[in-house]
Amino acid sequence: MSWFKRESPGLEPADASAEGSGKKVRTEGLWVKCDRCRQILWKKELEDNFNVCTKCDRHFRIDARTRLAQLLDEGQYEIDDANLSSTDPLKFVDLKSYAGRLKKAQEDTGLRDAVINARGKLNGRPVIVSAMEYGFIGGSMGSVVGEVITRAVERAEELRQPLIIISASGGARMMEGVISLMQLAKISSALARLDDAGVPYISVLTDPTTGGITASFAMLGDLNIAEPDALIGFAGPRVIEQTIRQKLPEGFQRSEFLVQHGMLDAVVHRKQMKSYIARALDFMAVA
Amino acid sequence: MDTPQSTKPHTQGEISTAVPNEAWLRTEVARHPQRPYTLDYVDRIFTDWSEIHGDRGFADDPAIVCGMARFHGDDVLVVGHQKARDTKQKVYRNFGMPNPEGYRKALRVMKIAEKFRRPIFTFVDTPGAFPGLGAEERGQAEAIARNLREMSRMKVPVITTVTGEGGSGGALAIAIADIVLMLENSIYSVISPEGCASIMWRDATKRDLAAQAMKITAQELLPMGIIDGIVPEPEGGAHLNHEAMATTLDGVLARHLAELKKLSVDQLLAQRYKKFRTMAQYFNVE
Repeated sequence: MSWFKRESPGLEPADASAEGSGKKVRTEGLWVKCDRCRQILWKKELEDNFNVCTKCDRHFRIDARTRLAQLLDEGQYEIDDANLSSTDPLKFVDLKSYAGRLKKAQEDTGLRDAVINARGKLNGRPVIVSAMEYGFIGGSMGSVVGEVITRAVERAEELRQPLIIISASGGARMMEGVISLMQLAKISSALARLDDAGVPYISVLTDPTTGGITASFAMLGDLNIAEPDALIGFAGPRVIEQTIRQKLPEGFQRSEFLVQHGMLDAVVHRKQMKSYIARALDFMAVA
Repeated sequence: MDTPQSTKPHTQGEISTAVPNEAWLRTEVARHPQRPYTLDYVDRIFTDWSEIHGDRGFADDPAIVCGMARFHGDDVLVVGHQKARDTKQKVYRNFGMPNPEGYRKALRVMKIAEKFRRPIFTFVDTPGAFPGLGAEERGQAEAIARNLREMSRMKVPVITTVTGEGGSGGALAIAIADIVLMLENSIYSVISPEGCASIMWRDATKRDLAAQAMKITAQELLPMGIIDGIVPEPEGGAHLNHEAMATTLDGVLARHLAELKKLSVDQLLAQRYKKFRTMAQYFNVE
């Protein structure tokens, strides 16, 4: 007689014959190691904690969908502009082809490019949200990302609903060359109109936000707020080290560093992000 | 011993370095040390130059020069990156790589031009915005971002000429204009060919391949609608004849300014918005 009796026959160890039946014991992926404090975390617990380490408060990178679900009421939102995809205008090939990279990124993320436009409610208030997807070629911005974000800006202006852009990107997409660069101009011009129209725009910077993203819309919010310990900058740390030929100080280009230097309005914990934005939108309420 | 599989010659890389492609050749001309810089054009195209310094916040940035000038009888503002030829001056000008103060100075001075309804000419020639520690501390990204937004709604005609290197955001920050011109041998890119090569090829010496792949020449960018015109250079390049280059550019600038002066402020702003809104649209709708 054993101490424990297996009641459910469905928990038999998977073998070759059971493959494809969908009844396997899964142990992989139940646990996650925090890359900062090295603690082993139960994934479910981590997810319930907004993907923030329960031991050291490390904010894990999350994808755009998780982001939208965390921010918008009941995790509900409608997606716009999801039907655009890049034409690979330069037919760019380096060690791999851009067309191939695009295809792989599309398969991996289920998105056509590195941003999701959503309409939803934030504490009952209708908002327009653009959330960038870092998992799609480093969240880089080419013609599609530029167009999709510009449409969000224009929609916010037209509907007079607050705009929230959540950045997570390494910058412009090299594989589209100067076309990527011109997206900075396009979005910034649209934001000038939104500003003239008096519609609120909150920029949320998450880890990482660098290059042309920071040098355009991410720094143009009525409020620019960031999650803790996010890498935020114009040039990458390695480029700066090569330029000045010395090691960079601890915490350089992190959210807290930017607040100290007066470059951000606030560092906001992921758990407080929604209430912070709601408070700001109350303040900025469009009549 | 060669195996049969490896007898096929692998000469692709060698050929590309032995015979530089057009994009790389033009890049070298664009960076030529004798190429005319902003103040060379100021001397030859404008009169009554009075420089304006400082961002009123932190410093004066010699990598960008700003000043009042006269152009065919009109009072105008000139803003441009400034490179230099000897070592001491190169260091002083920081190789034409502005810090945030440079962009803030440019914006401050452009606002003066706007207030007094004076057209703005900008001259772009920079490897890029300076990637330094102090630049990051003082908000390089914010300075560029603000310029992009504010230039897009500047209520006076703005004409930009890329005279040498149009290095990414550091170039764009003074290049949101009604008319954007490029000299025949200038380049405009999202990252330097070296930077692109070291990231995408993991080898900075593949810069010529990167230059070609990114499409950075005026001849490639005009049909894409990124720029409005190409200004021909004297035989062999602008560095061989500053006078001839300036004379040609003077004529082109005068013609464009005359056209822009016919527009009302509303027309001007609507046209500028449309230009950048419809630029660089390359996507499929499914």
